[in-house]
Amino acid sequence: MAAGNNLTPTAYIQHHLQNLTFGYHPDHGWAMAHSAEEAAEMGFWAIHLDTMAWSIGLGVLFLWLFRKAAKAATTGVPHGLQNFVEMMVEFVDNSVKETFHGKSRLIAPLSLTIFCWIFLMNLMDLVPVDLLPMLAQKIGVMFGADPAHVYFKVVPTTDVNATLGMSLSVFALIIIYSIRHKGLSGFIGELTLHPFSSSNKLFQVILIPINFILEVVTLLAKPVSLALRLFGNMYAGELIFILIAMIGLWQLPLHFSWAVFHILIVTLQAFIFMMLTIVYLSMATEEH
Amino acid sequence: MNLNLTLIGQAIAFAVFVWFCMKYVWPPVMQALQERQKKIADGLDAASRATRDLELAQEQANETLRESKEQAAEILEQAHKRSNQMIEEARENARLEGERMITAARSEIEQEINRAKEELRSQVSRLAVEGAERILESSIDEAKHRELVDKLAAEL
Repeated sequence: MAAGNNLTPTAYIQHHLQNLTFGYHPDHGWAMAHSAEEAAEMGFWAIHLDTMAWSIGLGVLFLWLFRKAAKAATTGVPHGLQNFVEMMVEFVDNSVKETFHGKSRLIAPLSLTIFCWIFLMNLMDLVPVDLLPMLAQKIGVMFGADPAHVYFKVVPTTDVNATLGMSLSVFALIIIYSIRHKGLSGFIGELTLHPFSSSNKLFQVILIPINFILEVVTLLAKPVSLALRLFGNMYAGELIFILIAMIGLWQLPLHFSWAVFHILIVTLQAFIFMMLTIVYLSMATEEH
Repeated sequence: MNLNLTLIGQAIAFAVFVWFCMKYVWPPVMQALQERQKKIADGLDAASRATRDLELAQEQANETLRESKEQAAEILEQAHKRSNQMIEEARENARLEGERMITAARSEIEQEINRAKEELRSQVSRLAVEGAERILESSIDEAKHRELVDKLAAEL
């Protein structure tokens, strides 16, 4: 319990689940949020510094690693890093080829980025929950901050903003791909003429609003489910890590077993996010 | 759990990462992979071609070996035949030579016999004449009885 032994379990958990927020507070102007309430009062005009820093840092790490391998890539026998990078690239490429039958220069690198980035962000879950927040607290204290007000959430994917940011980008791509491949009229037709259709013109007109409501829900469900699935899984996992961290010495075997199980979840969620992105985009480019 | 600017920040970061990956990571790796694939395919191709070449060469070598063996056998047979022929010829020659020599010897003997006969005959005739002269003690006109004596001698 890094936040101090005087904290109640509830306070401890809440402290762990609060992001380090910088934003525009109606009373104090642009400032760091000192509590969860202040962060909530900031509304939309706030940014989670920990989420941003970790996600960008991990993304840069991923790209730096892969760029390094890509620059040194030779056609000879691959070694070490190149081997690993090629394995990942081939794995993603095969997944894309199996599902996406159109031609797109974007979709394979997009999938690779999604998979590796989400995987790395999820992987932060395996770092003991108190380790990095404690470090952050020490650094915060050095800068004169109240240790109780230094919030630090390490796993970006347990922040719904991070997952929604990605899934909304994917959503934008879905719409762009739909319009590009089917035309604007085709896209509108898809939203309004399915799943119910009739040869009777009048009847068809009546069916259009029903179809539209159904299809819009289907469409909107894609980014929402994509984001919330990842967020929910990681949030729950993180919460269990925090709960395990509170039970004292016996946390060690429990933590170990949950971490081992979590390796599966970490990989699986990254894979699911990638596969669903490919599936959604291939659905956007193909006729029913 | 607050929705805020982080969402937009994440979306921007995501877009930048995807762009970077698409521009600088994916193409070189993919290119290296494809080139290696091509190289391996070429290598396998070359290997199978080499195997085929080897097979062909082996076949050719076997063919050559077989041919030369055949040739050698033929030559050997020819030599045998030739030697047999030569032996046969030599034998024939020897036979002919022997026959010729026998004939020559025979004719010489014949001649010798004839000469001896001739001599004997002339001696006999002379002896007969001498004997007759002695018996008759009278001179026999040699000229007169020559014909008779000759006839006698020829009958011997």
